[in-house]
Formats: sequence, C-alpha cells, structure tokens
Amino acid sequence: MNALNTIFILTIAFLAVFVESSFGTFRRFLGAQVDLLPALMVYASLSAGLTTVTLLAVLGGLWFDSLSANPLGVSILPLFLIGFTVHQFSHLILRGQTYAQLVLGFAACGFAPLFTLLILFSCGAEPILGLGLAWQWFVMTTLGGLLVPLYFKLFNKVYRTLGYERVPETSFRDDREIKRGR
Amino acid sequence: MKRAHYIAFALVIVATIVVLKLPPRAATQFKLAIGSFFLPLFGLASSSQQLAEKAGNAVVPRKELLKQNEQLRRENAELRTQLQRDAELERENERLRGLLGFQKTSPLKLKAAHVIARDPANWWRNVRIDLGKRDGLRVDLPVRTAEGLVGRVSEVSETSSRVVLLGDANCRVPAEITDAQGRQTVDRGVITGGAGVLDESMVELSFLSKPGAVKPGQLVKTSGDSSFYPAGILIGEVVDTRPENFGLVHVARVKLAVKMHLLDEVFVMMQ
Repeated sequence: MNALNTIFILTIAFLAVFVESSFGTFRRFLGAQVDLLPALMVYASLSAGLTTVTLLAVLGGLWFDSLSANPLGVSILPLFLIGFTVHQFSHLILRGQTYAQLVLGFAACGFAPLFTLLILFSCGAEPILGLGLAWQWFVMTTLGGLLVPLYFKLFNKVYRTLGYERVPETSFRDDREIKRGR
Repeated sequence: MKRAHYIAFALVIVATIVVLKLPPRAATQFKLAIGSFFLPLFGLASSSQQLAEKAGNAVVPRKELLKQNEQLRRENAELRTQLQRDAELERENERLRGLLGFQKTSPLKLKAAHVIARDPANWWRNVRIDLGKRDGLRVDLPVRTAEGLVGRVSEVSETSSRVVLLGDANCRVPAEITDAQGRQTVDRGVITGGAGVLDESMVELSFLSKPGAVKPGQLVKTSGDSSFYPAGILIGEVVDTRPENFGLVHVARVKLAVKMHLLDEVFVMMQ
C-alpha cells in the first residue's frame, strides 16, 4: 500500500502542476493562480513517510519549475521544508481533524510563495512585484489551505474504493460461549 | 530526529543547490526535458478543446453561418485590395532604399501558434505555444497578434516554446510615442515591466526625455532600435505620465493593445 500511496500522490502532483498551467479560471476572476502543491505536501507529510515527502518535494518542484519561468530547482526547498516540518510533528497532530488540516494548510500555503520569492531574490531574478502581490498571497493562502481537507477526502475515497474492505471483527467466539443449562 | 531524517534533509539541500547552480544552457535543456513530460497532456487538452468547439459549431444555425460567410467574403475582398496596395508600396519602398543605398529589408513571415499553457507562478508573465524548433523557431523572435505586440520567444524546445510577455521584467522593448494619428514621433523610451501585479493590461514606459510632450491617447509602437523587434508594431496607448526619482526621470503608463489574459492565438514573426 505504501508504494501505491507514493505513486498516487506523485500522480496527483503531476496532474496538479498541469492543471495550474492549463486552467486559468482563478487567475482570470481572482487575479491569482492557486498553488496546489503545498496543500498536497501537507497531506503527504501527514499520511506517508519521509521518502514520499522527499520525492514529492523534488519531483513536484522540478515539474512546477519546468513549466514556469522560475529558475530550475527554486520550488524544491519550500515544499520540502513544509513536508519535513509537518512530518517531524505528525505524531502530535490530530490529522483526522478538519480544523488541524485547515490550520496546517493555511500555514503551508502562506509560507511557500514567500519562501520561493526569497530564493528568487537571492538568485537575482526579477519577479513582478507590487501591492497586488499581497492580494495574490491572500488568495493563494486561503484557497490553498481549503484544499487540504479536500485532498484528505479525495485520497480516503480512493483508498476505500481501491483497497480491501476491512473485515469487521467481533468479540464473539464459539469456543468461549458459555452455555447455560437449566 | 532520526539519522535518516538528517540524511534526507542534507540530500535535498545539496540537490537543490546543485540544480540551482547548473550552467544556464544545461539548466534550460534539463527544464525543457522535464517540461516535455507534459506535452501529451497539453495535446489532449488542446484536442478536447477543439472537439468542444466543433461540437459548438455544429449547432450554429445555417442562417447565422451564411451571414458570417457573407461578412467574411466582404472583408476578404477589402483585405485583398489593401494587400495589393501594400505590395505596391513595399516594392516602391525597396526601390527607393536601393537608390539611396540603404540595406535591403527582408520580408517577415508570420507563423500562427496556439497558446497551450500559462506560467503557473503568479510572479511571471509567460505563455507556452505549440511551435518549436521543428517549425523553425528560435530564441528572441518577436510574437504578435493582429492587435499588436505580445512579446518574444524566450525558450525553444522541439515542439513547443515559451513566450515572455510584455510586462515581464525579462521583456524590455525600445518604443516610440507617436501622435494619435501615428505620424509624428513625440518621444522615445523603453517598456520596462508591468505597471501592476494584478493588471496585465498595463505596462510602464521608462526613460522619457520629453515628458511634457507626452499626452494620454498617444500611440506607443516599437521603435526598431532593437535587433529583436521590427519598427512600427503597435504596443498600446499612453494612459498618463508621472515623474520618478524627484523628477529626474519620467515614466508613462501604457495600456496594451493586446488583451494578454485572453491570448489564444498568436503569430511568431519569422525572420
């Protein structure tokens, strides 16, 4: 199940990058494109191992940068830091709670663009800046954060559909039955 | 923290630094190679879009199609006449240039391309088109639509290319401001970047020398001072001007002639 989980997460990441690049509805109406990868990274770090987190950061970052004018490799580190940090504390996080998923989603989706911009500046790139960037950041943080519970729902549904159905266990045992006589 | 976690952390940091420090040529090749994984998906999206368009066309009433056909015939006849006149003027122009001993200009060919993707990051203005090296494209070719200049080709792979749009800091275009009729040059400057993050239709024209002469509504065209862009391609029109750096330089805001957010089909100017 682990390998399947990793493959499925990476496939979703690949499709997410394609969707971000091809469908501009949010960009047209809200002025900003929502980044789908940080939210997926939150899901991956709460439900999979560090190998999956690392693969998602490296491959997801490279896929994103290959379709963007970002210098190649810029998106890897922000994604990995999100995944690594959440993974370190995953045993303390109530990952089944929507509230926890939302808080982590907002934090991750707010952090990723800021850290990416920081790396871009340190690389000497000249991204478009202005007050509108604050609005874009707000849109990315809010909508990206809302995606985390949706990812949980989507993956749970897929695993329920594809996985084996759990056999319900009962405490009743024939050999331990107490037969009462008159 | 386990030892394996430290190793993973260090590996990712090293990998990131290595990729970021790749020589520009190698990084571009690597990027194009990774980007090519998405080509089947882009092809699929494009063909399904065409299929939807065809399905839409099938339900247009015959009366409407006949009306459109008639209108297009009329436009076609008008354009043919204009083309003949332009060809005559071009011949005359070349003859006069020859008499004056000027260098001959090579005619530009246009190649139509579809926009297949946009930059997923919010801080760049780029699109990807479905023409590449196999179609004869190379870096720095100008790209336009019927309305005006769009930008220039910045990366070329075998089957697709990236176009950096006007408003991106990597697309600087020498421009001239002419009067509203487009006859007299009023001032010259350089399109340096976008005038706002959210508004893709505005760019800034910097390094104006005669700001007093620049008025709203005047046309902005390519000046031909760069080897990339031929002269006379419409960029947009002046909206307003403002002084910067305590009045040492003046900057004009220009409304682009092309609606960048609605780009669907563009023309690459082959040289």
